[in-house]
Amino acid sequence: MIVGLQHYLILSAVIFSIGVIGVLIRRNLIVILMSIELMLNAVNLTFIAFSRYLGSTDGQVIVFFVMAVAAAEAVIGLAIIISVFRHRQTLDPQEMQLLKW
Amino acid sequence: MDIASAIFYLLATLLVIASLLVVFLRNVVHCAMALVTALLLIAVLFITLHAPMVGVFQVMIYAGAIMVLFLFVIMFLNPATLEKQQGMWWGFGTILAALLAGVLIPLLGRDELPTDSVAATELFGSPEMLAKSLFNEFVLPFEIASVLLLVAIIGAVVLAKREHRA
Repeated sequence: MIVGLQHYLILSAVIFSIGVIGVLIRRNLIVILMSIELMLNAVNLTFIAFSRYLGSTDGQVIVFFVMAVAAAEAVIGLAIIISVFRHRQTLDPQEMQLLKW
Repeated sequence: MDIASAIFYLLATLLVIASLLVVFLRNVVHCAMALVTALLLIAVLFITLHAPMVGVFQVMIYAGAIMVLFLFVIMFLNPATLEKQQGMWWGFGTILAALLAGVLIPLLGRDELPTDSVAATELFGSPEMLAKSLFNEFVLPFEIASVLLLVAIIGAVVLAKREHRA
């Protein structure tokens, strides 16, 4: 059985869904951020698989931009987490309800 | 089943296990270690897909820089209390994600997609070819990415700085 493009796409879909589970059910901001990284990596895998099977390097270049955005997102997210922890001494998103009606 | 498929299925199984561990382990440091494993496995998958340059950057940027940052924040904040379990919401979230997977997998698993890859030339995925693409047609996004990173650096310093109370 030859490994085709759809095998990689299905693998990415599974990893992405696992990341979605993490964002939905965890109550720790750091783990939620890690799940977002997992989802971004699933998308990267899709880009690389398409680039391989369509014979174009454009997908690989776009992965670099995704990595740059992911790095920026992780840095800002962790800075916000540090600043929130300093004020409330918790990482639970359920506790951050100042703007909740 | 040839050796290439065997390697793919081994990597895919390990990757799914590592991702599940990221989501379901309760200790944050263990989650981070599982995420490092998942990122390294994805780097190996990149290399098997003839993208060695991207694989190396995956190890350097993700498994290196970003995960060190995550571990630094975990150690810095030291969240000693384990998070509370919540029965109903766990089930709801898992069902929602299973629905998403149930929509995505039939959509992506169609048979008309190409199964044999385009014959890779010697240069495919090499730094030379990527640089040519990056500095010709993608030069504007490249410059915008540098501005984005600068904004991220300044934003992180401003956000994480200790506030001076007047």
